[in-house]
Amino acid sequence: MNTEILGIITTFLIAVALAIPFGKYISKVYEGSKTWLDPLFNPIERIIFKIGGINPLKEMTWKQHLSALLTINLVWFLISMALLMTQQWLPLNPDGNPNMSPDLAFNTSISFLVNCDLQHYSGETGVSYFSQIWLMFLQFVSAGTGMAAAAILFKAFREKSTDQLGNFYNFLVKSCLRILLPVSFILALILVFNGTPMTFEGKDTMTTLQDGHTVDVSRGPAAAFIAIKHVGTNGGGFFGSNSAHPFENPNYLTFMVQMIGQLIIPLSMIFAFGYFIRRKKLSWMIFGVMTIGFLLLVTPNILLEQNGNPAITSMGVDNSLGAMEGKEVRFGAASSGFWSIVTTVISTGSVNAMHDSTMPLSGMNQLLAMMVNAFYGGCGVGLLNFFIFIILAVFISGLMVGRTPEFLGKKIEAREMKIAMIIALLHPFLILTATALATAFSQFTASTLNNPGFHGFSEMLYEYTSSAANNGSGFEGLGDNTPWWNISTGIVLLLSRFLPIIGPVAIAGLLASKKYIPEGAGTLKTDTSTFGLMVFAVIAIIAALAFFPALTLGPIAEHFSLY
Amino acid sequence: MKSNNPSLFQKALLKDALKHSFIKLNPKDLFRNPVMFTVWIGTVIMLFVCLSTLFGNTSQGNLGYNIVVFVVLFLTLLFANFAEAIAEARGKAQADNLRKTREETPAKLLDDRGEWSIVQSSSLNKGQVFFCEAGDIIPADGEIIEGLATIDESAITGESAPVIRESGGDKSSVTGGTKVLSDRIKVIVTTQPGESFLDKMIALVEGASRQKTPNEIALTILLAGFTLVFIIVCVTLKPFADYANTPITIAAFISLFVCLIPTTIGGLLSAIGIAGMDRALRANVITKSGKAVETAGDIDVLLLDKTGTITIGNRKATSFYPALNVNENQFKNAAILSSISDETPEGKSIIELANVRLSDYDISSSQFRFIKFTAETRCSGVDVGDTRIRKGASDSIRNLVEKAGNTFPSEIDEKVKFISNKGGTPLVVSVDEKVVGVIELQDIIKPAIRERFERLRKMGIKTVMVTGDNPLTAKYIAEAAGVDDFIAEAKPEDKMNYIKKEQAEGRLVAMMGDGTNDAPALAQADVGVAMNSGTEAAKEAGNMVDLDNDPTKLIEVVEIGKQLLMTRGTLTTFSIANDVAKYFAIIPALFIASIPALQGLNVMKLHSPESAILSAVIFNAIIIPILIPLALKGVSYKPIGASALLRRNLFIYGLGGIIVPFIGIKLIDMLVSLFF
Repeated sequence: MNTEILGIITTFLIAVALAIPFGKYISKVYEGSKTWLDPLFNPIERIIFKIGGINPLKEMTWKQHLSALLTINLVWFLISMALLMTQQWLPLNPDGNPNMSPDLAFNTSISFLVNCDLQHYSGETGVSYFSQIWLMFLQFVSAGTGMAAAAILFKAFREKSTDQLGNFYNFLVKSCLRILLPVSFILALILVFNGTPMTFEGKDTMTTLQDGHTVDVSRGPAAAFIAIKHVGTNGGGFFGSNSAHPFENPNYLTFMVQMIGQLIIPLSMIFAFGYFIRRKKLSWMIFGVMTIGFLLLVTPNILLEQNGNPAITSMGVDNSLGAMEGKEVRFGAASSGFWSIVTTVISTGSVNAMHDSTMPLSGMNQLLAMMVNAFYGGCGVGLLNFFIFIILAVFISGLMVGRTPEFLGKKIEAREMKIAMIIALLHPFLILTATALATAFSQFTASTLNNPGFHGFSEMLYEYTSSAANNGSGFEGLGDNTPWWNISTGIVLLLSRFLPIIGPVAIAGLLASKKYIPEGAGTLKTDTSTFGLMVFAVIAIIAALAFFPALTLGPIAEHFSLY
Repeated sequence: MKSNNPSLFQKALLKDALKHSFIKLNPKDLFRNPVMFTVWIGTVIMLFVCLSTLFGNTSQGNLGYNIVVFVVLFLTLLFANFAEAIAEARGKAQADNLRKTREETPAKLLDDRGEWSIVQSSSLNKGQVFFCEAGDIIPADGEIIEGLATIDESAITGESAPVIRESGGDKSSVTGGTKVLSDRIKVIVTTQPGESFLDKMIALVEGASRQKTPNEIALTILLAGFTLVFIIVCVTLKPFADYANTPITIAAFISLFVCLIPTTIGGLLSAIGIAGMDRALRANVITKSGKAVETAGDIDVLLLDKTGTITIGNRKATSFYPALNVNENQFKNAAILSSISDETPEGKSIIELANVRLSDYDISSSQFRFIKFTAETRCSGVDVGDTRIRKGASDSIRNLVEKAGNTFPSEIDEKVKFISNKGGTPLVVSVDEKVVGVIELQDIIKPAIRERFERLRKMGIKTVMVTGDNPLTAKYIAEAAGVDDFIAEAKPEDKMNYIKKEQAEGRLVAMMGDGTNDAPALAQADVGVAMNSGTEAAKEAGNMVDLDNDPTKLIEVVEIGKQLLMTRGTLTTFSIANDVAKYFAIIPALFIASIPALQGLNVMKLHSPESAILSAVIFNAIIIPILIPLALKGVSYKPIGASALLRRNLFIYGLGGIIVPFIGIKLIDMLVSLFF
């Protein structure tokens, strides 16, 4: 078989194989039961709880959970604004990078806070090492926030009827310390051994072979940053060109490791859910639906990229390696197509190639991946998004079998439907409305577009889709460091992060306090392939129905013009 | 039960429904239904577009096209209204049938002094007392306070056999419109005019007091959500199209919007709910709220009385076991003689089993002296000349036999135990204080009841038998009838406790009952069906009244409830699945003029942008009347398990919902393309 394809399949299978045992480990961590890492982490955790004045045994209701979550995020945001706007005067700034403008600081703070990592700056010149470390901290805690929110959901469906759903700070600390940290550590080690820099020294000077010219080469504590960038599904690059940069992603091994790194937590969380609520079959249903969705997006991308661009072929250029414009030769067309979907279905948003240069329908699939935002999805939040689709599917299929809908023994009623519908609506609302505003106010946006016409439209649509999905990748044709883009994407980021956490947690909390209905012969089982099909149909219909017209004017029109 | 399955659309009903379709165009009425309300707004906008085009505005396409779009939208509204109106009309017609029987009959009103006067039934108030004699129509619902009568209830139940109603006990209730056949009864009026269950039901159907059920509310939220999505889609499409330099006419915008929002289910939703109540009424069940029907579909546990529901009213003789040394015929003969004058159903069944005709016995002869059953002797019998024949429970006969110095044969003792063990009742017969044999009485389980319980089990419903029998008998009958559980030696509070226990575990419980002592349990149950023959207290406590007094009616009610939810679910799925084809019709049509490359998206090869848009809206409109029969009849329910049912409905209504409009729109386009 083609080694390019073989490499991709191997990478994916390793990720799945690791995710199952790791999911069991995550479930144990949230249960608070014994793991073999306890001797290492128990003392550290005790110190953190002591300093923070946290009683990990104090149970919270879903409302208390959410207020804790929002409060601590607000604190991080304020600290972040202050740091980024004063970084010039703070330590660890060997390259003398300047302070950020308020609108860029606003965008950057929010973007890292919400696990999106949309970057309207370039790491080499835009931030100091001190800021990079702070951003790295945000990469940990933002992933931890999403995972802690998912843990509330876990807890809600484990007990028969309760409003005590564990302690938020406990979940947060455990997520960061016991789950994200060890995986990131391993990843960073592998990166360092493959040549990724890990230093606090400033730019190095290199003399080139060409007439003794010298070039300044940026360095920094990159390996640690890149590890959590993937493990935490953050995606913000240390260097401007992200994982296409030779330091950030030196070779095929690091490509594989980074792919596995970003797949591992979202995949493991699916299995952890099943272990935690003792319904392993449900995990397989979720995994199945997500994987089918993923394969339907990734397969055409790999094929399209491998087949190359007919416009280039017609110019007489050899296109046999695939559509190589905007791609790194060390990764090739197939693996770049694979990466582009992995990074968009999961809310990572790191890139190893220019998405702007991929084929029109590949671009559409990247967009669709983010529009659905629930095939694997980001750390914890992917599962929360999927949960909304489950609620909608449960409702419709419950009606179809003549029974008031119920999920895991809890009745779905008007109140839950209202929340689920608002959250399902929010995503298309934010993407479409923001893009509509950007096209309507062309005086702010026209000059920032790299291309006119359909492709320019795709660039705008992509920017907001990426923001709303908390993805952070860019079509990168867009000149996005302007007040318009900084502020508008910042608002989209905020709304699309916290409401989709509040909604599912609220539904879970409401359901948890409801009476548990034992499963009977008439109960619709939700861990079957039939129900999986239903969930898939709901996802496909909602995403396809809402975004079809927009996609028609962007990638679809471009595709038909090209072929 | 009356056979009442008239064709779906009767002429008179159609006329009435058509009239109401127009009346319902009032936006105040439509506001309750967000989906159709937005269609109404779209239609009004199109009216203005037509007018402005008429006065020379050329930017919105030609006049004919705009008018056609307006007309089709208007028809969409009418069709949706018609669906609701026809469902209401049918429900009303059904209720009127029942009501007609009780219109303006003369009532013999008694005053405090015991004098009577004739008044009209409509002027009877709650608490007043009237009397009825043979041949009178009972003027109002009430409870017998004095007397006993045979009553012909066929006007309501369709059952021609007269029934006996008497004061006191659980059979004291009479219904207005039924006819007294014999005797004289004094009745106290229990409902105000216009407030009987039937009146309440008619009000529900007519919509005056129709409340949306919780499930309907949740579904409305879902549909409103989908409507909102498409508002967003259509509004944002305007700047997108401007950016792409493809102006879109208002008619195209509104067509796209109306096609995308779930008008099919939106238009049929209330019709489905009304039809559910109507179907219940057709099954001769009066429901006090739409919610009760819906809840019936969710029932997990069903409580049924043994007698009359699972078994035929009374026990029957099934076998004769003669004692040793006794000739079988001799024993049979004794058994027959002892039962000749026994008027109880058990006694009659012995004669039946022996297969003899009573006329062969000259019972009027002075030879026969009948001994009646008394509580002291606990046996009955006959003296034929000097021969003393007695029949009774084994211990009373044993007393009799042993007092006379004879022994109670051990093989009979064993038989008695054997019969008891398998749930029967042994009756021992003695001749001249010597045991001659034992008769076995058994409960006769209704034919086909096992299949009905099997069906309930497949629906996921647990059946529980309630009986006063001892646990041994109860267990035997429960097993024989195929119920899942039983409550033996049941006292009224046992039912109540059982219901509470199941409810505490999160299950929904249904029960049927008729007695006053059932009332608390009927009220406690999630679905309580009271027999129409039952007491007023029972009828007040339950949330449905069964006019047929048929205890197995709950099975039908459950199916009606399930059908109701399923019809909503499947039509929602169908409606939303339709959007795929509509997109493929309209989206290329919107942009093809300025982006010719999008011809590739026109997979149906529709004739022109105008014909494509028109075909989509026309399909969207006519699918509503096409589906009205389905909405009224309900999607058929099959107890094949939830997952199999989901697969089946997903296949028919989901996949069908994607494919059908592709074909429909293409066909309509071939027609429309002749004009546009």
